[in-house]
Order: sequence, then C-alpha cells, then structure tokens
Amino acid sequence: MELEVFKEREQTTVRIDFKGKTVKELLQQLSINPEVILVVRNQEICTEDELLDEQDRIELLSVISGG
Amino acid sequence: MDCDTCAAKAIITLQHGNLCRHHFLDYFEHKVFKTIAKYELIKRTDTLCVAASGGKDSLTVLYLTKKYCEKNNLPATLFALAIDEGIHNYRAKTLQDLELFCTQHHIPVKVIKTKEEFKHTLDEAYPLINKDAKKKPCNICGVWRRYLLNKYARKNGATKVITGHNLDDEAQAIIMNVFKANTGLAARLGPISGVQDHELFVRRVKPLYFCTEKETRLYAWLKGFTIEFTECPYAREGYRAKVQEMLNDFEQQYAGTKQGIVNSFLAILPLLKEKELPGQKNSIQLCQECREPAQGEICNACKIQRVLEHEQ
Repeated sequence: MELEVFKEREQTTVRIDFKGKTVKELLQQLSINPEVILVVRNQEICTEDELLDEQDRIELLSVISGG
Repeated sequence: MDCDTCAAKAIITLQHGNLCRHHFLDYFEHKVFKTIAKYELIKRTDTLCVAASGGKDSLTVLYLTKKYCEKNNLPATLFALAIDEGIHNYRAKTLQDLELFCTQHHIPVKVIKTKEEFKHTLDEAYPLINKDAKKKPCNICGVWRRYLLNKYARKNGATKVITGHNLDDEAQAIIMNVFKANTGLAARLGPISGVQDHELFVRRVKPLYFCTEKETRLYAWLKGFTIEFTECPYAREGYRAKVQEMLNDFEQQYAGTKQGIVNSFLAILPLLKEKELPGQKNSIQLCQECREPAQGEICNACKIQRVLEHEQ
C-alpha cells in the first residue's frame, strides 16, 4: 500500500510503497530505531503492533532533543 | 493492545507492561515526584531556578516542579533561567516556545545572552576557539552554560538549580566518562550534581533522572506543550551523539540497558565520591579575573575569553 509519512527530524513528508502491515514493519522498512521516535497515526499515539491503513496519516516524532 | 491496568487502548510498551494515556501520565508524574522526595531534591525553603531552553525536557521539568510545589503546599519560589548562546536558526525559536510556556503558566523567566556576557555568540566564538584550541562547539557551550547558570541562579537568590537531565542523558554521561577514564567528572553525576555545600555554587538537581527520553517526549506531547522540533546545528558533531546512537541500538536489542547503566552507577557512586571528592571544597578558588569559583587561578570561561581576545 502507499503511505504518506511525515518525518519531524527531517521536516519532510514522503510517500512510500509500504510492504508490511504493522507500525513495527513500517519502522523496519524505513530502518528507524523505535527508541528514537514516537509514531502518531491520525493525531493519536500508536504502539508497534497496530495495523496500518492506506488512508492513515503517519507522523514520526523525534524523541531526541535537538540540542 | 490494551493497558495492563485498565481496558483502555495502550499507547506505550514499557519494560514492565503496557500503559494507556491516563495510566502513563500517572506513572510518569509519580516517578518524578518519587525521585524528588527520595533524594530530597526540593526543600520547603528553597528558591528554585529551573534551567530552561524551551525543549521537551525543560518544559516538562518546569511544569512538574511547579505542580510538585503546589501539590505539597511548598512556599518555594520558582523562576526559569535561559541561556541564549546566539546559535543562528535555533535558539530564538526555542526561547519563543519557552516564553510562551512561562506566560501561560505564570512563571517568571530570565534570559542571559552570551553576547552580552562574553561579547560573542557561540557562532562567532567557535571558529576562533577551534582555530587555536581545537575545541568542539559543545565544549565551549558547556563551559558558558554552567558558568552563567550558576552565576545568575546565585545572583537571583536561588538555592537550587533544577535541570531537565533525563535517564538517557545520564547513561550517556556515565559511558562517556568511562570511555575517557574521567572518574573525577563521573563522581559529580547523580540526581544531585555539582560540588557539595560551597557558598559560591548552587546545587543542581535532576527530577527527570529516571525518566527516559522517549517517556519525556511522550509526556510533553500528551500534555500539549508547544515544542516545535529544531535541531542545534552543532548537535551531531559531538562525541555524545555517537554514544547516544550506540546506547539506543543496545536498548532496542536489550531492553533495560540504559536503566541498568544508571542503576549500576548509583550503586558505586558513594564510593566514587569518597575517592574523588575529598578536599575538593578546599581546592576551589576565586577566579582572578571574574571572581567566580574556579578549580585553578583562572576559571574555564575566562580561559576561553582570553583566547577570544587574543584572536581578535
């Protein structure tokens, strides 16, 4: 499925061809360590086991401070 | 996935289980208040200076320190103190967030500019210092911040400086000191840092000591604190960034690594202090140039200032 993902640290939105089903698989596909981000789906925090849908608006918030 | 305490939807998985929004907020606040009480970080008579930048850690610690004082009917006076190093495209934005937060929560805020104190911003000083002494920007920034926080906390009558250091910060600092064999610096870490009981130093305390960076970011997000992500242009240059990445990789593979580092360190900290700190109080002198406390004849801030003046 196609997913729109906003990456806070890079301040960019990308469209990706997502091969998996869950948040955990999305992070694996993007090679992102779950320790360093919070995943927000449609303005709600979600856990790694949650299933994603093509309509979802995903935001990856940086946990690491900028300074 | 459901919360382990109630049937609501979980928002985070911690080592000891899953928590929903409500139970996470409770868990986080309880942990911070327990740290303050256990280590006696705040006393009734204290005047509290919160070292603030406008980031997630400082806004969270500012909010929870105020809440702790109100909850326990403490008459402690509280103000925020920010250091403006003049980093282009970075500090002005975080200070804007801080000033908005302090207005909303009725907290006085003071901002000290390095440009006024040292005649240079960090952007101006770094190329000059780097040319001569090969210091990283974080080295200069660290010296300036510690100097100004202590000086202006004391001048404003503070008896404690509250900082937003979290578990990740502490685990990184412990590992950095181990890797560089800095046992003297390691002895100054812990929930209460700084040199003990010296009239020129204001003690620094860390209420977020046992909160991870991820927990703190989640708390700030759930509370709706306005924090626009901005990154210090120098942040990725430092040694700390390497250690941070390494620890996050370890944490992902072996959950509890950071907590383990901090717990092990706390177990040996009394011995480390005993070994490293005796006589420390007597070795503190007044800087011959600025009259602030120094380990030698000249404090580190004045040593930097000498290089800057020489380079101009």
